[in-house]
Amino acid sequence: MNENESMIVDLTLSLLALDDLAVGSIIDEIASEMTPLETAEYAIVPALERIGEGWVQGTVALSQVYMSGRICEELVDEILPPSDPDRKDQPRIAIATLEDYHVLGKRIVYATVRASGFELNDFGHGVKAEELVDKTRAEKVEVLLISTLMLRSALRIKDVSRELKGDDHAPKIIVGGAPFLFDAELWREVGADMMCRSASEVIEAIERVTES
Amino acid sequence: MENMKMTSTERVMTTLGRKEPDRVPLALTVTMHGAKEVGLSLSEYFDKPENVVEGQLRMREKYFNDILMSFFYGAIDYEAFGGEVAFFDDGPPNSMDPIIKKHEQILHLEPPRIEESPCLMKILRATEMLKERAGNDAPVVGVVISPFSLPIMQMGYDKYLDLIFDRFDLFERLMAVNSVFCIDWANAQYKAGASIIVYFDPVSSTTNTTRDLYLKTGFKVASDVISRLDGPTATHMASGRCIPIIDDIAQTGTAGIGVSALEDLGEIKEICRGRINILGNLNGIEMCRWTAVDAEKAVKDALAKAGKGGGYLLSDNHGEIPFQVSDKTLHAISEAVRKWGNYPLDWVEEYEV
Repeated sequence: MNENESMIVDLTLSLLALDDLAVGSIIDEIASEMTPLETAEYAIVPALERIGEGWVQGTVALSQVYMSGRICEELVDEILPPSDPDRKDQPRIAIATLEDYHVLGKRIVYATVRASGFELNDFGHGVKAEELVDKTRAEKVEVLLISTLMLRSALRIKDVSRELKGDDHAPKIIVGGAPFLFDAELWREVGADMMCRSASEVIEAIERVTES
Repeated sequence: MENMKMTSTERVMTTLGRKEPDRVPLALTVTMHGAKEVGLSLSEYFDKPENVVEGQLRMREKYFNDILMSFFYGAIDYEAFGGEVAFFDDGPPNSMDPIIKKHEQILHLEPPRIEESPCLMKILRATEMLKERAGNDAPVVGVVISPFSLPIMQMGYDKYLDLIFDRFDLFERLMAVNSVFCIDWANAQYKAGASIIVYFDPVSSTTNTTRDLYLKTGFKVASDVISRLDGPTATHMASGRCIPIIDDIAQTGTAGIGVSALEDLGEIKEICRGRINILGNLNGIEMCRWTAVDAEKAVKDALAKAGKGGGYLLSDNHGEIPFQVSDKTLHAISEAVRKWGNYPLDWVEEYEV
């Protein structure tokens, strides 16, 4: 195992143990040799990706995913504050919980995306389809992240995708949440462009959109 | 009703005694489909207990369901604490804004009184009516949300996790208040005629909480609450995984576990065999697009994995079948369990899942 890999393993284990002091210490050491953005990209993101993979496999609990995201978001805000020009504000990303009032999924994704150095707009929760379409157009969103817990809310995504797909610069719609974990075809049914099973998969998806 | 050898109550109770009854019981959690039967919107349906009673009786008749559910919707315990519930035409009622917005509110939180909660009194009335109509033929199944899981609605899951990790003292106070309510609420339902209470506890599942944290929190709460209830319980993980904590759940004193479609039913059966009963684990989300062939296959797979030896009730994995699941699919599930679920399930020996 090389030094970089060893560092990511240590970081991942410290996050899973919710040891914010150990995490802080590891990040300080890394940040002394890399830029803040490199620290996010080469250390924090890989660690969160491993945690996300563990969540998908069922070996990591949602509470660990949430707390890891929270710890990382706080640390990255210290080394790469919102005003830092290195913060990535492209593509223009927004996130919302459609119809639901269950915000944990959105919170986790929001924290993970920010911990990766991206900025994003939070359109809130309990948002109706029409309102989400209006906000997406007004903010010229290029990547729209939609989180839902309830099946009926997931099915409402059809109303959003149908409206936005006709636009000249239609955003990519990435969906996630419990209903999508139980039906691998549901994201297609609702007209999304892709589905992510974990917050860390969202980072990969955003980077793919950026490159394309 | 079809001429069967056992009543539904006999079938369910024999199963819970971990013996093989005449056939595997069908525990279809059709909490909303009754509204379509009686021609009402969901908000109208849940407005009066007699609507839900009529709906449940028709569901039993139509699908040969072995249970009657006095459960209305999951947000009702939160509603009793003063929360606002949103009603929809196409899904279960949902909790809206949290009632606990600041941690300090927990210091003054008191459990609601059952008799002063119109929403809870409706359920008690429905329970009484179901018991009157069904007599001893079918068990009436009530539900409580566990004290450990209720805060998802009371304060929002993210704020609840912050509370557990940052203010364990206040978390313990919240558990104390919620436990008093949960015990009173469950016992009131038993008194009204419920035969069994489902203890809904998704936050305890390993999907949401590590085993270490569960042992310090949800396990202690469940052990305390279940020991004070006046009747049997089944603990439901509401789609959450549970294999790493099955032994622990068994120690809480509960009689059964509602298990997830994300875990292998065969593996769960091996761990539970002879110790604790299983409900599950048909995938309710995928069920929305099942054909009759898909439904029969899913039922046969479940029966093959978990039916032998008793101790298993065929059900969905969430504890609430989506409104979008068609009557055709529900019929197919019912037919399949009546065709393939008769003990001794000899066909299982030759069957490949």
